[in-house]
Amino acid sequence: MTVAIVGAAECDLGVTGKSVLQLQVQAVTRALADAGLQLSDVDGLATNNIGRFSTTELAQELGIRPAWAESTFVGGSAFESYVARAVQAIEAGQAEVVVISFASNQRSARSRSLGGVVEEHLPAAQFETPYGPLYPLSYYAMAAQSYLHRYGASSADLARVAVAAREWALLNPQAYRFGAGPLTVDEVLQSTMISSPLRAADCCLVTDGGGAVVLTSAARARDLRSRPVNVLGYGEATGVAGMAAADDILDTGAAISAARAFGAAGLTPADVDVAEIYDSFTITVLLSLEAIGFFGLGEAAAAARDGVLDPGGRLPVNTSGGGLSYCHPGQFGVLLLVEAVRQLRGEAEQRQVAGAEVALAHGTGGILSHHSTVLLGVDR
Amino acid sequence: MSQLPPEDELTAEWWAGTRNGQLLLQTCQDCGRRQHHPRNLCLSCQGTDLGYTEATGEGVVDTFTLVHRSPRPDLQVPYVIARVRLAEGPVMLSTLVGDSEWQIGDAVRVEFQPLSDGRALPVFRRMQ
Repeated sequence: MTVAIVGAAECDLGVTGKSVLQLQVQAVTRALADAGLQLSDVDGLATNNIGRFSTTELAQELGIRPAWAESTFVGGSAFESYVARAVQAIEAGQAEVVVISFASNQRSARSRSLGGVVEEHLPAAQFETPYGPLYPLSYYAMAAQSYLHRYGASSADLARVAVAAREWALLNPQAYRFGAGPLTVDEVLQSTMISSPLRAADCCLVTDGGGAVVLTSAARARDLRSRPVNVLGYGEATGVAGMAAADDILDTGAAISAARAFGAAGLTPADVDVAEIYDSFTITVLLSLEAIGFFGLGEAAAAARDGVLDPGGRLPVNTSGGGLSYCHPGQFGVLLLVEAVRQLRGEAEQRQVAGAEVALAHGTGGILSHHSTVLLGVDR
Repeated sequence: MSQLPPEDELTAEWWAGTRNGQLLLQTCQDCGRRQHHPRNLCLSCQGTDLGYTEATGEGVVDTFTLVHRSPRPDLQVPYVIARVRLAEGPVMLSTLVGDSEWQIGDAVRVEFQPLSDGRALPVFRRMQ
Protein backbone atom coordinates (compact mmCIF):
# COMPACT_ATOMS: atom_id res chain seq x y z
CA MET A 1 0.00 0.00 0.00
CA THR A 2 1.14 3.49 -0.71
CA VAL A 3 -0.53 5.58 1.98
CA ALA A 4 0.89 6.84 5.26
CA ILE A 5 -0.34 8.43 8.46
CA VAL A 6 1.52 11.73 8.77
CA GLY A 7 -0.25 13.38 11.69
CA ALA A 8 -1.86 12.23 14.94
CA ALA A 9 -3.23 14.01 17.98
CA GLU A 10 -5.66 13.80 20.85
CA CYS A 11 -8.16 16.50 21.72
CA ASP A 12 -8.61 17.30 25.41
CA LEU A 13 -9.47 14.14 27.33
CA GLY A 14 -11.24 13.30 30.54
CA VAL A 15 -13.84 15.74 31.85
CA THR A 16 -13.52 18.73 29.54
CA GLY A 17 -16.73 20.75 29.82
CA LYS A 18 -16.32 21.42 26.09
CA SER A 19 -18.68 20.85 23.18
CA VAL A 20 -18.26 18.09 20.61
CA LEU A 21 -17.40 20.59 17.87
CA GLN A 22 -14.86 22.35 20.07
CA LEU A 23 -13.15 19.03 20.78
CA GLN A 24 -13.35 18.07 17.09
CA VAL A 25 -11.64 21.30 16.06
CA GLN A 26 -8.92 20.68 18.64
CA ALA A 27 -8.34 17.16 17.32
CA VAL A 28 -8.24 18.17 13.66
CA THR A 29 -6.05 21.27 14.04
CA ARG A 30 -3.61 19.52 16.39
CA ALA A 31 -3.24 16.55 14.03
CA LEU A 32 -2.67 18.87 11.07
CA ALA A 33 -0.11 20.87 13.04
CA ASP A 34 1.61 17.60 13.89
CA ALA A 35 1.73 16.80 10.17
CA GLY A 36 2.83 20.29 9.17
CA LEU A 37 -0.26 20.69 6.99
CA GLN A 38 -3.02 23.31 6.79
CA LEU A 39 -6.79 23.00 6.75
CA SER A 40 -6.61 24.17 3.14
CA ASP A 41 -4.68 20.98 2.31
CA VAL A 42 -7.52 18.74 3.48
CA ASP A 43 -9.73 17.32 0.72
CA GLY A 44 -10.99 14.23 2.53
CA LEU A 45 -12.86 14.00 5.83
CA ALA A 46 -14.12 11.03 7.85
CA THR A 47 -15.96 11.34 11.14
CA ASN A 48 -19.19 10.50 12.99
CA ASN A 49 -21.02 11.20 16.25
CA ILE A 50 -21.54 14.92 15.61
CA GLY A 51 -25.10 14.70 14.38
CA ARG A 52 -27.11 13.14 11.60
CA PHE A 53 -24.93 15.00 9.08
CA SER A 54 -21.57 14.60 10.79
CA THR A 55 -19.20 15.22 7.89
CA THR A 56 -21.03 18.30 6.62
CA GLU A 57 -21.28 19.73 10.13
CA LEU A 58 -17.54 19.32 10.61
CA ALA A 59 -16.68 20.62 7.13
CA GLN A 60 -18.82 23.66 7.87
CA GLU A 61 -17.16 24.20 11.24
CA LEU A 62 -13.72 23.96 9.66
CA GLY A 63 -14.65 26.02 6.59
CA ILE A 64 -13.55 23.39 4.09
CA ARG A 65 -15.24 21.66 1.14
CA PRO A 66 -13.76 18.15 0.98
CA ALA A 67 -13.95 16.23 -2.29
CA TRP A 68 -14.39 13.00 -0.31
CA ALA A 69 -16.29 12.34 2.90
CA GLU A 70 -17.04 9.20 4.89
CA SER A 71 -19.24 8.56 7.92
CA THR A 72 -20.06 4.86 8.07
CA PHE A 73 -21.42 4.07 11.51
CA VAL A 74 -20.41 0.67 12.87
CA GLY A 75 -19.49 1.62 16.44
CA GLY A 76 -16.04 2.30 17.83
CA SER A 77 -14.27 0.31 15.15
CA ALA A 78 -15.36 2.81 12.49
CA PHE A 79 -12.05 4.64 12.60
CA GLU A 80 -9.99 1.62 11.60
CA SER A 81 -12.42 1.23 8.71
CA TYR A 82 -12.00 4.89 7.82
CA VAL A 83 -8.28 4.17 7.42
CA ALA A 84 -9.17 1.48 4.89
CA ARG A 85 -11.52 3.85 3.04
CA ALA A 86 -8.95 6.64 3.13
CA VAL A 87 -6.27 4.41 1.64
CA GLN A 88 -8.67 3.45 -1.14
CA ALA A 89 -9.63 7.08 -1.77
CA ILE A 90 -6.04 8.31 -1.86
CA GLU A 91 -4.90 5.45 -4.08
CA ALA A 92 -7.83 6.13 -6.41
CA GLY A 93 -7.00 9.82 -6.61
CA GLN A 94 -10.24 10.90 -4.98
CA ALA A 95 -8.44 12.68 -2.16
CA GLU A 96 -4.89 13.66 -1.36
CA VAL A 97 -5.02 14.58 2.34
CA VAL A 98 -7.61 12.81 4.50
CA VAL A 99 -8.39 13.67 8.13
CA ILE A 100 -10.07 11.02 10.28
CA SER A 101 -11.41 12.52 13.49
CA PHE A 102 -13.67 11.82 16.44
CA ALA A 103 -14.68 13.59 19.60
CA SER A 104 -17.21 13.06 22.35
CA ASN A 105 -18.17 14.99 25.45
CA GLN A 106 -20.28 12.13 26.85
CA ARG A 107 -18.87 12.52 30.36
CA SER A 108 -19.45 16.24 30.61
CA ALA A 109 -22.83 15.98 28.90
CA ARG A 110 -23.89 12.92 30.96
CA SER A 111 -25.29 11.51 27.74
CA ARG A 112 -24.58 7.82 28.36
CA SER A 113 -27.45 5.56 29.45
CA LEU A 114 -27.16 2.03 30.84
CA GLY A 115 -29.79 0.58 28.55
CA GLY A 116 -28.36 2.15 25.42
CA VAL A 117 -30.35 3.75 22.63
CA VAL A 118 -33.55 1.87 21.81
CA GLU A 119 -34.73 2.16 18.21
CA GLU A 120 -38.36 1.09 18.26
CA HIS A 121 -38.49 -0.03 14.64
CA LEU A 122 -35.69 -2.56 15.01
CA PRO A 123 -35.98 -6.19 16.21
CA ALA A 124 -34.23 -5.63 19.54
CA ALA A 125 -37.02 -3.31 20.72
CA GLN A 126 -39.50 -6.22 20.62
CA PHE A 127 -37.26 -9.19 21.33
CA GLU A 128 -34.54 -7.92 23.67
CA THR A 129 -35.27 -4.58 25.33
CA PRO A 130 -38.34 -5.88 27.22
CA TYR A 131 -36.02 -8.07 29.31
CA GLY A 132 -33.81 -5.14 30.32
CA PRO A 133 -30.30 -5.99 29.12
CA LEU A 134 -27.69 -3.33 29.73
CA TYR A 135 -26.46 -2.27 26.32
CA PRO A 136 -23.77 -3.10 25.39
CA LEU A 137 -22.59 -4.32 28.79
CA SER A 138 -24.83 -7.36 29.29
CA TYR A 139 -23.80 -8.86 25.96
CA TYR A 140 -20.12 -8.65 26.82
CA ALA A 141 -20.99 -10.08 30.22
CA MET A 142 -22.67 -13.07 28.58
CA ALA A 143 -19.61 -13.50 26.35
CA ALA A 144 -17.40 -13.37 29.43
CA GLN A 145 -19.56 -15.95 31.21
CA SER A 146 -19.30 -18.20 28.20
CA TYR A 147 -15.52 -17.70 27.95
CA LEU A 148 -14.94 -18.55 31.62
CA HIS A 149 -17.12 -21.64 31.31
CA ARG A 150 -15.65 -22.91 28.04
CA TYR A 151 -11.99 -22.45 28.89
CA GLY A 152 -12.00 -22.86 32.68
CA ALA A 153 -10.75 -19.31 33.18
CA SER A 154 -11.63 -17.18 36.20
CA SER A 155 -12.77 -13.65 36.98
CA ALA A 156 -9.24 -13.06 38.24
CA ASP A 157 -7.99 -13.63 34.68
CA LEU A 158 -10.36 -10.96 33.38
CA ALA A 159 -9.20 -8.70 36.18
CA ARG A 160 -5.61 -9.19 35.13
CA VAL A 161 -6.39 -7.42 31.84
CA ALA A 162 -7.52 -4.35 33.76
CA VAL A 163 -4.38 -4.54 35.90
CA ALA A 164 -2.18 -4.55 32.78
CA ALA A 165 -4.03 -1.54 31.36
CA ARG A 166 -3.48 0.34 34.61
CA GLU A 167 0.25 -0.46 34.58
CA TRP A 168 0.48 1.14 31.13
CA ALA A 169 -1.66 4.12 32.20
CA LEU A 170 0.73 4.85 35.04
CA LEU A 171 3.32 5.59 32.32
CA ASN A 172 1.05 7.94 30.33
CA PRO A 173 0.46 11.45 31.73
CA GLN A 174 -2.57 11.82 29.44
CA ALA A 175 -4.27 8.78 31.00
CA TYR A 176 -7.36 9.37 33.14
CA ARG A 177 -5.92 6.98 35.76
CA PHE A 178 -2.32 8.23 35.45
CA GLY A 179 -2.20 9.38 39.04
CA ALA A 180 -4.45 6.68 40.44
CA GLY A 181 -1.70 4.27 41.43
CA PRO A 182 -1.50 0.58 40.62
CA LEU A 183 -4.59 -1.61 40.43
CA THR A 184 -4.60 -5.09 41.94
CA VAL A 185 -6.57 -8.16 40.93
CA ASP A 186 -8.23 -8.10 44.36
CA GLU A 187 -9.32 -4.49 43.87
CA VAL A 188 -10.92 -5.41 40.54
CA LEU A 189 -12.66 -8.39 42.15
CA GLN A 190 -13.96 -6.16 44.95
CA SER A 191 -15.30 -3.48 42.62
CA THR A 192 -19.06 -3.22 42.16
CA MET A 193 -20.70 -6.04 40.22
CA ILE A 194 -22.57 -4.55 37.26
CA SER A 195 -23.59 -7.48 35.05
CA SER A 196 -21.95 -10.72 36.15
CA PRO A 197 -19.18 -11.66 35.76
CA LEU A 198 -18.22 -8.11 34.76
CA ARG A 199 -17.55 -5.64 37.55
CA ALA A 200 -17.04 -1.91 37.37
CA ALA A 201 -13.28 -2.33 36.94
CA ASP A 202 -13.82 -4.70 34.00
CA CYS A 203 -15.57 -1.89 32.14
CA CYS A 204 -14.00 0.94 30.18
CA LEU A 205 -14.03 4.47 31.45
CA VAL A 206 -16.78 6.90 30.50
CA THR A 207 -14.89 10.05 29.54
CA ASP A 208 -14.81 12.88 27.06
CA GLY A 209 -12.11 12.75 24.44
CA GLY A 210 -11.13 11.93 20.91
CA GLY A 211 -8.46 12.52 18.39
CA ALA A 212 -7.53 12.69 14.74
CA VAL A 213 -5.09 11.21 12.26
CA VAL A 214 -4.01 12.62 8.90
CA LEU A 215 -3.27 10.42 5.90
CA THR A 216 -1.67 11.16 2.56
CA SER A 217 0.28 9.34 -0.14
CA ALA A 218 3.54 7.78 0.97
CA ALA A 219 5.28 9.87 -1.68
CA ARG A 220 3.99 13.14 -0.26
CA ALA A 221 4.52 11.86 3.28
CA ARG A 222 8.28 11.78 2.78
CA ASP A 223 8.31 15.57 2.25
CA LEU A 224 6.48 16.25 5.52
CA ARG A 225 7.96 16.94 8.91
CA SER A 226 7.13 13.78 10.84
CA ARG A 227 8.32 10.24 10.31
CA PRO A 228 5.64 8.60 8.14
CA VAL A 229 3.77 5.58 9.42
CA ASN A 230 2.75 3.38 6.53
CA VAL A 231 -0.55 1.54 6.29
CA LEU A 232 0.51 -2.06 5.64
CA GLY A 233 -2.86 -3.76 5.55
CA TYR A 234 -6.44 -3.72 6.74
CA GLY A 235 -9.37 -6.05 7.10
CA GLU A 236 -12.95 -5.90 8.31
CA ALA A 237 -15.81 -8.19 9.23
CA THR A 238 -19.40 -7.18 9.81
CA GLY A 239 -21.53 -9.46 11.95
CA VAL A 240 -24.74 -9.30 13.94
CA ALA A 241 -26.52 -6.56 15.86
CA GLY A 242 -28.72 -8.65 18.15
CA MET A 243 -27.88 -10.35 21.42
CA ALA A 244 -29.27 -13.73 20.31
CA ALA A 245 -28.27 -13.58 16.64
CA ALA A 246 -24.79 -15.09 16.91
CA ASP A 247 -24.98 -18.87 17.08
CA ASP A 248 -21.72 -18.97 19.07
CA ILE A 249 -21.29 -15.84 21.15
CA LEU A 250 -17.50 -16.28 21.19
CA ASP A 251 -17.18 -16.53 17.40
CA THR A 252 -17.09 -12.82 16.72
CA GLY A 253 -15.65 -12.22 13.26
CA ALA A 254 -12.48 -10.65 14.63
CA ALA A 255 -10.53 -13.63 13.28
CA ILE A 256 -11.75 -12.89 9.77
CA SER A 257 -10.95 -9.20 10.05
CA ALA A 258 -7.44 -9.86 11.34
CA ALA A 259 -6.71 -12.59 8.77
CA ARG A 260 -7.65 -10.19 5.98
CA ALA A 261 -5.32 -7.53 7.38
CA PHE A 262 -2.39 -9.92 7.83
CA GLY A 263 -2.97 -11.35 4.36
CA ALA A 264 -2.93 -7.91 2.76
CA ALA A 265 0.23 -6.94 4.64
CA GLY A 266 2.03 -10.24 4.14
CA LEU A 267 2.60 -10.41 7.89
CA THR A 268 1.74 -12.73 10.76
CA PRO A 269 0.92 -12.03 14.41
CA ALA A 270 4.56 -12.84 15.27
CA ASP A 271 5.61 -9.72 13.31
CA VAL A 272 3.62 -7.36 15.55
CA ASP A 273 5.65 -5.37 18.07
CA VAL A 274 2.81 -3.50 19.75
CA ALA A 275 -0.95 -4.17 19.76
CA GLU A 276 -3.65 -1.58 20.38
CA ILE A 277 -6.80 -3.61 21.05
CA TYR A 278 -10.23 -2.12 21.61
CA ASP A 279 -10.83 -2.70 25.32
CA SER A 280 -14.43 -1.80 25.93
CA PHE A 281 -14.34 -4.52 28.58
CA THR A 282 -11.66 -6.88 29.84
CA ILE A 283 -13.26 -9.79 27.97
CA THR A 284 -13.01 -7.88 24.68
CA VAL A 285 -9.22 -7.97 24.94
CA LEU A 286 -9.00 -11.72 25.58
CA LEU A 287 -11.39 -12.56 22.75
CA SER A 288 -9.65 -10.19 20.33
CA LEU A 289 -6.12 -11.34 21.14
CA GLU A 290 -7.12 -14.94 20.48
CA ALA A 291 -9.08 -14.19 17.33
CA ILE A 292 -6.22 -12.14 15.91
CA GLY A 293 -3.95 -15.11 16.44
CA PHE A 294 -1.62 -13.92 19.18
CA PHE A 295 -2.76 -16.83 21.34
CA GLY A 296 -4.70 -20.02 20.91
CA LEU A 297 -8.37 -20.14 21.91
CA GLY A 298 -8.66 -19.92 25.68
CA GLU A 299 -4.96 -19.11 26.10
CA ALA A 300 -5.05 -15.32 26.37
CA ALA A 301 -6.26 -15.61 29.97
CA ALA A 302 -3.07 -17.40 30.99
CA ALA A 303 -1.00 -14.88 29.02
CA ALA A 304 -2.60 -12.00 30.91
CA ARG A 305 -2.02 -13.86 34.17
CA ASP A 306 1.66 -14.31 33.28
CA GLY A 307 2.16 -10.60 32.59
CA VAL A 308 2.60 -10.97 28.83
CA LEU A 309 0.47 -7.86 28.18
CA ASP A 310 2.19 -5.67 30.78
CA PRO A 311 4.93 -3.06 30.31
CA GLY A 312 8.02 -5.16 29.66
CA GLY A 313 5.90 -8.15 28.62
CA ARG A 314 6.33 -10.16 25.44
CA LEU A 315 3.28 -8.57 23.74
CA PRO A 316 2.77 -4.94 24.75
CA VAL A 317 -1.00 -4.35 24.60
CA ASN A 318 -2.82 -1.04 24.96
CA THR A 319 0.27 0.98 25.74
CA SER A 320 -1.76 4.15 26.35
CA GLY A 321 -3.61 2.50 29.21
CA GLY A 322 -6.50 1.73 26.87
CA GLY A 323 -10.17 2.36 27.29
CA LEU A 324 -9.91 0.80 30.73
CA SER A 325 -7.48 3.31 32.25
CA TYR A 326 -6.60 6.03 29.70
CA CYS A 327 -9.70 7.34 27.92
CA HIS A 328 -12.93 5.98 26.54
CA PRO A 329 -15.09 8.56 24.81
CA GLY A 330 -17.77 6.11 23.64
CA GLN A 331 -15.91 5.21 20.46
CA PHE A 332 -12.26 4.45 21.16
CA GLY A 333 -11.06 3.50 17.68
CA VAL A 334 -9.31 6.71 16.69
CA LEU A 335 -7.24 6.68 19.87
CA LEU A 336 -5.96 3.17 19.04
CA LEU A 337 -4.53 4.70 15.87
CA VAL A 338 -3.05 7.74 17.64
CA GLU A 339 -1.20 5.53 20.13
CA ALA A 340 0.02 3.13 17.42
CA VAL A 341 1.46 6.07 15.47
CA ARG A 342 3.24 7.42 18.54
CA GLN A 343 4.78 4.03 19.27
CA LEU A 344 6.01 3.63 15.70
CA ARG A 345 7.49 7.12 15.69
CA GLY A 346 9.28 6.44 18.96
CA GLU A 347 7.43 9.31 20.65
CA ALA A 348 5.75 7.39 23.46
CA GLU A 349 8.23 8.50 26.13
CA GLN A 350 8.01 6.44 29.34
CA ARG A 351 5.78 3.84 27.73
CA GLN A 352 7.75 3.49 24.48
CA VAL A 353 8.13 -0.08 23.24
CA ALA A 354 11.76 -0.26 22.23
CA GLY A 355 12.31 -0.76 18.53
CA ALA A 356 8.61 -0.99 17.62
CA GLU A 357 8.34 -1.32 13.83
CA VAL A 358 4.94 -2.94 13.31
CA ALA A 359 1.78 -2.01 15.20
CA LEU A 360 -1.69 -3.47 15.05
CA ALA A 361 -4.85 -1.52 15.81
CA HIS A 362 -7.97 -3.63 16.22
CA GLY A 363 -11.35 -2.01 16.64
CA THR A 364 -14.55 -3.62 17.90
CA GLY A 365 -17.93 -1.97 17.36
CA GLY A 366 -21.35 -2.52 18.88
CA ILE A 367 -21.79 -5.81 20.73
CA LEU A 368 -18.85 -7.66 19.16
CA SER A 369 -20.71 -6.73 15.98
CA HIS A 370 -18.09 -5.15 13.75
CA HIS A 371 -14.37 -5.75 13.62
CA SER A 372 -11.73 -3.76 11.85
CA THR A 373 -7.99 -4.37 11.88
CA VAL A 374 -5.24 -2.07 10.65
CA LEU A 375 -1.53 -2.92 10.44
CA LEU A 376 0.89 -0.02 10.50
CA GLY A 377 4.64 0.07 10.04
CA VAL A 378 7.58 2.45 10.18
CA ASP A 379 8.82 3.83 6.87
CA ARG A 380 12.02 2.06 5.88
CA MET B 1 -42.44 -5.31 32.00
CA SER B 2 -42.94 -2.10 30.12
CA GLN B 3 -41.48 -0.53 27.01
CA LEU B 4 -42.71 -3.11 24.53
CA PRO B 5 -43.58 -1.51 21.21
CA PRO B 6 -46.63 -2.79 19.33
CA GLU B 7 -46.26 -5.83 17.10
CA ASP B 8 -45.83 -5.12 13.42
CA GLU B 9 -46.76 -6.92 10.21
CA LEU B 10 -43.78 -9.24 10.53
CA THR B 11 -44.14 -10.06 14.22
CA ALA B 12 -47.93 -10.01 14.79
CA GLU B 13 -48.37 -13.76 14.49
CA TRP B 14 -45.48 -14.46 16.86
CA TRP B 15 -46.95 -12.17 19.50
CA ALA B 16 -50.41 -13.62 18.89
CA GLY B 17 -48.96 -16.97 19.89
CA THR B 18 -47.94 -15.58 23.25
CA ARG B 19 -51.56 -14.63 23.94
CA ASN B 20 -52.33 -18.36 23.80
CA GLY B 21 -49.29 -19.53 25.72
CA GLN B 22 -47.52 -20.70 22.59
CA LEU B 23 -43.86 -20.12 21.80
CA LEU B 24 -43.71 -19.93 18.02
CA LEU B 25 -40.69 -20.19 15.76
CA GLN B 26 -40.63 -18.65 12.34
CA THR B 27 -40.38 -21.54 9.91
CA CYS B 28 -39.45 -21.54 6.23
CA GLN B 29 -42.19 -23.14 4.15
CA ASP B 30 -39.62 -24.10 1.50
CA CYS B 31 -36.72 -25.63 3.42
CA GLY B 32 -38.08 -26.01 6.95
CA ARG B 33 -35.46 -23.85 8.66
CA ARG B 34 -36.63 -22.45 12.00
CA GLN B 35 -35.29 -19.10 13.12
CA HIS B 36 -35.73 -16.49 15.82
CA HIS B 37 -36.36 -13.52 15.81
CA PRO B 38 -38.75 -13.30 12.83
CA ARG B 39 -37.00 -12.01 9.72
CA ASN B 40 -38.03 -11.06 6.21
CA LEU B 41 -36.27 -13.99 4.60
CA CYS B 42 -35.03 -17.46 5.41
CA LEU B 43 -31.34 -17.38 6.30
CA SER B 44 -30.82 -20.86 4.82
CA CYS B 45 -32.52 -20.68 1.41
CA GLN B 46 -33.39 -16.97 1.14
CA GLY B 47 -37.02 -17.95 0.68
CA THR B 48 -39.71 -15.49 1.69
CA ASP B 49 -42.58 -17.89 2.28
CA LEU B 50 -42.32 -17.95 6.03
CA GLY B 51 -44.81 -19.24 8.58
CA TYR B 52 -44.72 -20.40 12.18
CA THR B 53 -44.54 -23.70 14.02
CA GLU B 54 -44.87 -24.21 17.74
CA ALA B 55 -41.69 -24.86 19.68
CA THR B 56 -41.55 -27.41 22.48
CA GLY B 57 -40.62 -24.56 24.82
CA GLU B 58 -37.66 -26.52 26.12
CA GLY B 59 -34.08 -25.38 25.92
CA VAL B 60 -30.78 -24.95 27.70
CA VAL B 61 -29.00 -21.90 29.05
CA ASP B 62 -26.46 -20.91 26.37
CA THR B 63 -25.05 -18.15 28.56
CA PHE B 64 -26.38 -15.62 31.05
CA THR B 65 -25.62 -12.61 33.19
CA LEU B 66 -26.99 -11.43 36.49
CA VAL B 67 -27.76 -7.73 36.11
CA HIS B 68 -27.11 -5.67 39.24
CA ARG B 69 -27.81 -2.19 37.94
CA SER B 70 -31.21 -1.44 36.47
CA PRO B 71 -31.53 0.58 33.28
CA ARG B 72 -35.11 1.59 34.11
CA PRO B 73 -37.39 1.91 37.13
CA ASP B 74 -39.66 -1.09 36.47
CA LEU B 75 -36.83 -3.61 36.74
CA GLN B 76 -35.79 -4.72 40.23
CA VAL B 77 -32.21 -5.94 40.50
CA PRO B 78 -30.75 -8.44 40.45
CA TYR B 79 -32.36 -10.12 37.46
CA VAL B 80 -31.09 -12.50 34.81
CA ILE B 81 -30.53 -11.87 31.12
CA ALA B 82 -29.91 -15.10 29.26
CA ARG B 83 -29.44 -16.58 25.85
CA VAL B 84 -31.54 -19.73 25.73
CA ARG B 85 -30.83 -22.30 23.04
CA LEU B 86 -34.16 -23.83 22.18
CA ALA B 87 -34.44 -27.55 21.54
CA GLU B 88 -35.13 -26.72 17.89
CA GLY B 89 -31.78 -24.91 17.56
CA PRO B 90 -32.40 -21.16 17.51
CA VAL B 91 -31.13 -18.97 20.32
CA MET B 92 -33.43 -16.43 21.95
CA LEU B 93 -32.81 -13.68 24.44
CA SER B 94 -34.91 -13.95 27.58
CA THR B 95 -34.78 -13.95 31.33
CA LEU B 96 -34.54 -16.82 33.81
CA VAL B 97 -36.97 -16.86 36.73
CA GLY B 98 -37.56 -18.76 39.96
CA ASP B 99 -33.95 -19.46 40.83
CA SER B 100 -30.83 -17.49 41.56
CA GLU B 101 -28.10 -20.07 40.95
CA TRP B 102 -27.64 -20.68 37.25
CA GLN B 103 -25.08 -22.55 35.20
CA ILE B 104 -24.50 -22.68 31.49
CA GLY B 105 -26.20 -25.81 30.19
CA ASP B 106 -29.04 -25.81 32.72
CA ALA B 107 -32.26 -27.18 31.22
CA VAL B 108 -35.16 -24.72 31.14
CA ARG B 109 -38.75 -24.53 29.97
CA VAL B 110 -40.74 -21.55 28.77
CA GLU B 111 -43.54 -19.88 30.66
CA PHE B 112 -45.36 -16.65 29.95
CA GLN B 113 -45.55 -13.40 31.90
CA PRO B 114 -48.73 -11.51 30.97
CA LEU B 115 -48.36 -7.98 29.63
CA SER B 116 -50.99 -5.29 30.08
CA ASP B 117 -52.14 -5.46 26.45
CA GLY B 118 -52.87 -9.21 26.47
CA ARG B 119 -49.60 -10.27 24.95
CA ALA B 120 -47.17 -12.22 27.12
CA LEU B 121 -43.42 -12.27 27.47
CA PRO B 122 -41.75 -15.67 27.20
CA VAL B 123 -39.44 -16.33 30.16
CA PHE B 124 -37.71 -19.50 31.26
CA ARG B 125 -37.76 -21.53 34.46
CA ARG B 126 -35.59 -24.46 35.50
CA MET B 127 -36.96 -27.72 34.15
CA GLN B 128 -37.84 -30.14 36.98
